Amino acid sequence: MPALHLAQDRYGWLPPEALREVAEALDLTPAYCYAVASFYDMYHLEPVGRYEIAVCTNVSCALAGAQDVLAAFERELGVQAGGTTEDGEFSLSSFECLGGCGWATVVAVNWRYREHVTAGDVPGIVAELRGGEGAGDDA
Amino acid sequence: MTPSGLHEVLLRHADERDLTKRAEYEAVGGYRALTTALRTDPGELVESLLASGLRGRGGAGFPMGRKASFIPKPDQTPNPIYLTVNADESEPGTFKDRELMLRIPHAVIEGIVITCHAIGAETAFVYLRGEYATEFDVMAAALDEAHEAGYVGPGIAGTDTNVTIVIHRGAGAYICGEETALLESLEGKRGQPRSKPPFPAISGVYASPTLINNVETIATVPTIVGMGGEEYAKLGVENSAGTRLFSLSGNVVKGGNYELELGTPLRELIYDLGGGIPDGRALKAVIPGGSSVPVLTADEVDTALDFDAMAQAGTMLGSGAVIVIDERACMVQLGLRVAQFYMHESCGKCTPCREGTRWMVQILRKLEAGEAEQGELDLLLNVCDRILGNCLCPLGDAAAMPIASYVAKFREEYQRHIDEGGCPFGGESSLEGVVAPVDQHHAHLRGQIEVPIHA
Ligand SMILES: Cc1cc2nc3c(=O)[nH]c(=O)nc-3n(C[C@H](O)[C@H](O)[C@H](O)COP(=O)(O)O)c2cc1C
Ligand code: SF4
Repeated sequence: MPALHLAQDRYGWLPPEALREVAEALDLTPAYCYAVASFYDMYHLEPVGRYEIAVCTNVSCALAGAQDVLAAFERELGVQAGGTTEDGEFSLSSFECLGGCGWATVVAVNWRYREHVTAGDVPGIVAELRGGEGAGDDA
Repeated sequence: MTPSGLHEVLLRHADERDLTKRAEYEAVGGYRALTTALRTDPGELVESLLASGLRGRGGAGFPMGRKASFIPKPDQTPNPIYLTVNADESEPGTFKDRELMLRIPHAVIEGIVITCHAIGAETAFVYLRGEYATEFDVMAAALDEAHEAGYVGPGIAGTDTNVTIVIHRGAGAYICGEETALLESLEGKRGQPRSKPPFPAISGVYASPTLINNVETIATVPTIVGMGGEEYAKLGVENSAGTRLFSLSGNVVKGGNYELELGTPLRELIYDLGGGIPDGRALKAVIPGGSSVPVLTADEVDTALDFDAMAQAGTMLGSGAVIVIDERACMVQLGLRVAQFYMHESCGKCTPCREGTRWMVQILRKLEAGEAEQGELDLLLNVCDRILGNCLCPLGDAAAMPIASYVAKFREEYQRHIDEGGCPFGGESSLEGVVAPVDQHHAHLRGQIEVPIHA
C-alpha cells in the first residue's frame, strides 16, 4: 500500500503503467496490485483533478445540511459528484464520514480538512483554489 | 454519586499548552510514566491494566488488560510479538482519536512504548486512516521528537528495551477498522476480515502474536501507570472505569469532543455541555455510539453513558459517538443513508452482508418514494434478521441492528410512508436529498449496479 500511495503521488492516479511498476518493484502481478487498489476508495483508477474535493455526506453532516454544500459545489464547478471538471482542475466527490462530525459540514480539499462549511462558503473556496493558493500538492 | 461535568484526565493541560511539543508535554509530567514503566516488570504492568478496569475504546469494550494477558510471553513463541494501534477511525460520528493525535500525540507514543514493554513487543504499527493527512504529519513530527529524545528506538531511556513505531496509512475503507481486516490491509492485501479463531493474540500480523487496541485505549495507558490501576478504577462507575472522549455531533449547538467520566447522563452531554438543540427544536432521537448501534428515543435521554446502562437500554456505547437528531429528520431517510453506508463499505466476503445491505437500501428507497407495499416493511425486518449473527465480521450486524431499531422505535413513521404513499415530511425533512457516495471505481456503471430484488 505505501508503494501504491507513492505511485499515485507521482502520477496523480494509478494508470496501468503505475500498477506495472509497483508490481515489478514488489515482485507481484499487476492484476494483484489492481485488485488491492480497487478495494480502497482513495486509490484512483481513473484520472482525477488537481484538487480533489470530498464532501462528507454521512449522517452528522447530512443533519447539518451537507446536501446543500454538495449541491453548491456541483453548481459552482459544473460537475456532478463523482466527476472531474473539463479543465482537469477539480474532482468532486461525496464521501463517507470524514471524522469531523462535530464541526459539520466537513469538506476535504486534497485531504486537508475544512470544517463548518456552508453552501454560502462554496464560491469562495472554489475561487481561492482557482487563484492557486490553498491546499497542498499531495493530490 | 452520578458523575457529572467535564472531567479532563486524558486531555489535562491540553487547553493551556501545546502538547504536540515534546518539551511542553514533559513539562506537565509527560514521559515520566514511561521511565517508571520500563523499570517495572511486564507482568506487573499487565496486572495494573487489569486492575484499572480499562475497557477498549474502539467499539467492543473488551478489557484491555485481559487482551494483553492473552499474548504469549516472548519465550513462549518463536515469532516476534507486535502491537497494532487502530487509528482507522471511520465509524460515522466518531472523531475523537483524531483529536487525541492532533493534541496529545506524545501520549499516544508513550502509551505505545509502555504497552510494547508490557507485552514484549519491539515493533508497533499505527494503522492510520488515509484521509487523515494532517494527523499523519503531527504524529510523524512527534515521533521524530520522541526518537531524538531516546523515548523510541533502541535502548530506550537507558534500559535494554527497543521499540520501533511504524505509521501505516490506509486508503479509505471503513472495514479496515475491523481488527482482522486491518491486519490484512497492513500486510498489503484487500482489507477483508479473517475468520477467527485463530485470534490475533495468537496469530495476527505476519502470523505472529498481535495486540490490537484503539488510539484512545493506548493513550490512556500512561495515565494508568501514573495514577496506578486501582486509583484509575475509581473514576467512572461499576464496570465502566475511567473517562472517555465523547464525540458529539448532529443537531446540537456545540458539537465537539467532550471528555467525561463514564456514567455521566446523556442528557447532560447534549443539553448542558452541548447547548441543546438549535432554535429550541425538539429532540427526536439519539444515536449513542456511532451509526452501527441501535437508536434511543427522546424519552431515553436520561440513560447514563456507561456500558451497562446502554446495554440495559438495548444499545451500546460503541465508539462514543453521540449523534443528536431533531424533529425535522425523517427516520426512513436516516435509515436509507445509514444502510447506504454499510452497502458501500461491505467488503463483499459474505452473502448476507453483501446482498442484505443492498436489499435494505432498495427497500428503504422504495419506502421513501412511497412505492413500498405492506409486505416490504416485513421483508426489511426479515432481511435484518437474516443478516444478524450470520456474518463473518460484525459489519453485517452493524448494518442490521440500527435499521431494525429505527423500524421498531419509529414504526408509525415507517407505516405512514406506506399508508400515505410518500414521505410525511413532504420534502421538508432535514435529510431531504441526502446523497450517498457513488463508488468511484464504478462511477461510470452507476445505472448498472442496481440489481432488482424480488419482493
Ligand atoms: C466494521 C468495524 C469497524 C471498526 N472500526 C474501528 C475503528 O475505526 N477504530 C477502532 O479503534 N476500532 C474499530 N473497530 C473495532 C476493532 O475491531 C477492535 O475491536 C478494536 O480496535 C480493539 O481495540 P480496543 O479494544 O482498544 O477497543 C471496528 C470494528 C468493526 C467490526
Ligand atoms: S460481514 Fe460484511 S464486511 Fe464483514 S466479512 Fe462479511 S461481507 Fe465482509
